[in-house]
Amino acid sequence: MDDQAFYRKLYQIRCFEETVLDNFPKGVFPGTTHTYLGQEANAVGVLSNLAKNDIVFSNHRGHGHFLAYGGEPYLLFAELMGRSTGVCGGRGGSQHLHWNNFYSNGIQGGIVPIATGMALAEKRKGNSTIVIAFLGDGTLGEGVIYEAFNLASKWHAPILYVLENNRIAQTTPIEMTLAGSISARFSAFDIPFCELETSDVVVIYQKAHSWLNYVRQTQSPAGFILHTHRFGPHSKGDDTRPLQQISQMQTQSDPLTIHGARLTPESRTFIESEVKVEIQEAFQKALNDPFPKVLTEC
Amino acid sequence: MLTVLESLNQALYQVLEDDPLALLLGEDILDPYGGAFKVTQRCSTHFPDRVLTTPISEAGIIGVATGMALRGFHPVVEIMFGDFTPLIADQVINHLAKFRWMYNDQVRVPLVIRTPMGGRRGYGPTHSQTLEKLFLGLPGLKVIAANNLAAPGDTLYFAIRYEEDPVLFIEHKLLYPLSIFNESDDLKLLSLSVHSQSNYPIHKFIVNNAPPAQLTMISYGYMAELARQALLRLAYEEEIFCELIVPTQLSPLDIHPYLESIQQTHRVLTIEEGNLTLGWGAEIITRLVENLSPPIRIARVAAKESPIPASPPLEEDILPNLTDILKAVRVLMDPSQ
Repeated sequence: MDDQAFYRKLYQIRCFEETVLDNFPKGVFPGTTHTYLGQEANAVGVLSNLAKNDIVFSNHRGHGHFLAYGGEPYLLFAELMGRSTGVCGGRGGSQHLHWNNFYSNGIQGGIVPIATGMALAEKRKGNSTIVIAFLGDGTLGEGVIYEAFNLASKWHAPILYVLENNRIAQTTPIEMTLAGSISARFSAFDIPFCELETSDVVVIYQKAHSWLNYVRQTQSPAGFILHTHRFGPHSKGDDTRPLQQISQMQTQSDPLTIHGARLTPESRTFIESEVKVEIQEAFQKALNDPFPKVLTEC
Repeated sequence: MLTVLESLNQALYQVLEDDPLALLLGEDILDPYGGAFKVTQRCSTHFPDRVLTTPISEAGIIGVATGMALRGFHPVVEIMFGDFTPLIADQVINHLAKFRWMYNDQVRVPLVIRTPMGGRRGYGPTHSQTLEKLFLGLPGLKVIAANNLAAPGDTLYFAIRYEEDPVLFIEHKLLYPLSIFNESDDLKLLSLSVHSQSNYPIHKFIVNNAPPAQLTMISYGYMAELARQALLRLAYEEEIFCELIVPTQLSPLDIHPYLESIQQTHRVLTIEEGNLTLGWGAEIITRLVENLSPPIRIARVAAKESPIPASPPLEEDILPNLTDILKAVRVLMDPSQ
């Protein structure tokens, strides 16, 4: 991917999520949503390396993962709006997506053994397909992920666990909940890992490239720890952090600013205007789509 | 004569032989041990690559097997004791049972979870329970209960090789040594017509050459064996003629095959080993009452509302037995009560 393509993808996720948040109060979307604002470089950096058949298992904060995987904004908007044209016909909504080899679910940690089983299944078939599973720092409190790490290490599952540490679980900062270090959780199971403190998509892309190769070649698991920043609330209006803290993160760690510096201002403006049109058209198209038919018992 | 254990064991062996996608996972399932109840014996010796012994990680194993099923395999997981199924509840409820529907019918989860349930072995509060009711009525999950009527191995084989959706396969511990029932001079075994072709059959027992039945017993698993014994005693010693319906599939529940019998007898007794309150029998009886015209006399036999004690006389007191079934039938037949 070239710099323009990276920027386009980062901005697509940003624009999608802002459109979701802007329109939530209008009653366009039922339920709730968890946006990916600030973390865009993680999904784009890692998933721009995917081979065709690779599998992605995402979590509750999955819109960015879905779009970086190559999912269409329109299909995702329609799913979020509960329309029959959504990726799961409106049955799943924001947290329950499946499209091609992309899956997500809304239970913390529960996907991790399943993604591990998928990796073992593909290995057993004798192909080079690998799995990328996304989990957050909040999920480190769930016991089942350690069962999965243990099995993955013992059975050599070709899976990359991408741990996005945005340092906050809903409203609770990581310092209040996490004992020990994140990396020690991987090393305890003899799972090698890479740890990055950056919001630069190019750095993440390059590191992910070599770690995905490692997983593919060794047919064994690895951890990919990304220290990151969540700019938005956990879901919609539940951010209790001081505004100053958020604006400082935005100033220092915005992946769009960091990567945007590699583009000319004209190029950025051009990409942004194109993506804005794309997202607006996708939003409007989904908005005009029908709701699923209610099946009545005969 | 083949026992339930042999039937199940042969089915697992056979499915590994016939279906290259079949895999067995579980704790301590390798030879020479062959599983805590020996159901997987011989399998790892002959299919070492497809029988995987696991760490003690019930939720993790079910998750891994779900991933394998989503990607095309036919995994079978043994949960060593049914009492450990609460450890897999999140994987079952929030993941594997939902995936097909939640992903809009785009995926299948052909996974079989086998587990022994039930008491009467003195194992105490956490190794003796009948917990399948926690998983009944869960959309997307089939709950199947083995019995010693038609070969339970055939049912298991079908579930592993051909079922598209997840199955929780319940094996009562006391069934393992029992021989598979053969029709005798005393009893006739029928398949309820609606389901005669089903892979999860509903069986009906009637006493040979008996007058029309006056009462319908409905039971499953090991309790169906006790109910069968009660059926004979009542016929020969008390001239009370009953019929006994034994479903293999507990959930989802279709009540229609049961209606005809109760329409004739107007008396129904459900018999289960789980505790009474909010149990399987309550749902069966409610469905019958909703679908039939009164009068219908109803009663339930089930365990008392207590954990299962280890001490044999205490355990015997808590769990429903043959005497409880006979008593309940006599009460239902007594016009003065």
